[in-house]
Amino acid sequence: MEERKSAISVRNVCINYKSLKASSIKQSMFSLRKVKQEVFQAVRNVSFEVPEGQILGITGKNGSGKSTMLRAIAGIFSADSGEIDLHGHSISLLAIGVGFKNELSGRENIILSGMLLGFTKEEIMEKMPEIIDFAGIGNFIDMPVRTYSSGMHSKLAFSISAILETEIMLIDEVLSVGDQKFKKKSYRKMKELISNRDRTVVIVSHNMSTLKDLCDQIMWMHDGEIVMYDKPEIVLPIYKDFMR
Amino acid sequence: MKRFWKDLKEHYRYAIYSAKAELKSEVANSYLNWIWWVLEPFCFMLIYTFIFGYIFNSREPFFSAFVFIGLTAWEFFNRCLTQSVKLMRNNKSIVTKVYIPKFILLISRMFFNGYKMLISFGIIVAMVIFFRIPLTPNVLYVIPILITLFVLTFALMTHLLHYGVFVQDLTNVVTIVLRMIFYMTGIFYNIETRVPEQYAGILMHANPMALLLSGLRKCILYGEAPDMKWVGIWFVIGVIVAILGVRKIYKNENSYVKVI
Repeated sequence: MEERKSAISVRNVCINYKSLKASSIKQSMFSLRKVKQEVFQAVRNVSFEVPEGQILGITGKNGSGKSTMLRAIAGIFSADSGEIDLHGHSISLLAIGVGFKNELSGRENIILSGMLLGFTKEEIMEKMPEIIDFAGIGNFIDMPVRTYSSGMHSKLAFSISAILETEIMLIDEVLSVGDQKFKKKSYRKMKELISNRDRTVVIVSHNMSTLKDLCDQIMWMHDGEIVMYDKPEIVLPIYKDFMR
Repeated sequence: MKRFWKDLKEHYRYAIYSAKAELKSEVANSYLNWIWWVLEPFCFMLIYTFIFGYIFNSREPFFSAFVFIGLTAWEFFNRCLTQSVKLMRNNKSIVTKVYIPKFILLISRMFFNGYKMLISFGIIVAMVIFFRIPLTPNVLYVIPILITLFVLTFALMTHLLHYGVFVQDLTNVVTIVLRMIFYMTGIFYNIETRVPEQYAGILMHANPMALLLSGLRKCILYGEAPDMKWVGIWFVIGVIVAILGVRKIYKNENSYVKVI
């Protein structure tokens, strides 16, 4: 692959979960003496670069820090040390049902979610028909979201993030949404989004075939560290063996 | 501070839209929908007017309007503060999935409660007309008083938001403290005439709500100028506390997600 500009640079990032537990007043009064703080390091000293237009898959067993990494890239929480540079690209975490209000109609929720992702109302209105069309939930779009089945709920959520495109997309295992038909459709849409060579995508997934089909590079994380970072053909067989 | 204005500019549309959506979803399922926003404070006013006006024989001129102005401003203050304690937890689905400057959620709450207050102010206007209360140019003091109220409320909300994340039972404390302030604010009695003078002065100056409320009443009902020196002092205090609060939120907002 030819040299491209970096879209995401992650340098020596550590993310800790201190014992930042929410406490009650009673607890904090009685616990003045013991100041012992447990620190759990979810991501340890991780560095990598994602060039523009690359599709990076992150895999690893549960609790290995994948989602934490993804959230840190999305800016939901910052790294405790090290830095993450997005080089000024717009970014969105493809997340299910961001800020849905149950009493409101699907249409209004599209606007609400879109605004949260940083789009203006005009941009959203422009894309609205496309989103509604893609979600394919028919007349339910004008009904309150609370009347939706869980499948319809996630279909709408997926459509919003899939159609409102950003330069960097972060996807946390959402390819398995809805019924068989919608799954195929969303898979196709993913491929289409991905085939746009300007778009950088980071996918977290356990699904071997998804990773193999879609990704250019695979990053295997274990206990907060990178085990391997290479082409899928190289990483996936070893990972499979490891997980057995 | 620069960051604050930039974030505000980028996100205030969302704050307004989400407040609107919230209002809409609140009334979506009730029969009388938005009429409740009028009916609720109106009924409370009737109750207080009856109890304190007739049973305890309060002799404030325009007593029902007197109570109503107090209730309107108090409800705004009270709701904003109580809601901000649990704000992060209640918006978990948003804050764990996208980055949003956390004080935007506060501002959205203020729009939400502010809209309800606006409706109440509509009733106040109706009462002024109904009781033929003579208005003077002093009524314009309403504007600086309300601005001070907004700034102070926002200032306190930023701190409650922050501690609300880490201390789970803060709600209980806040409820008690607010109830105490409620009685010390003189919603249904006049601090200046009912409380012995040496305490009244302290109460009026140390409790900004008492000060602002009596200011509102003075300029709307009695055509007097409020104590602008103290309103100004509290405005400055509000701004300082708000700056500290916003700073604190900026510094800590990334750890909020890890806790909730």
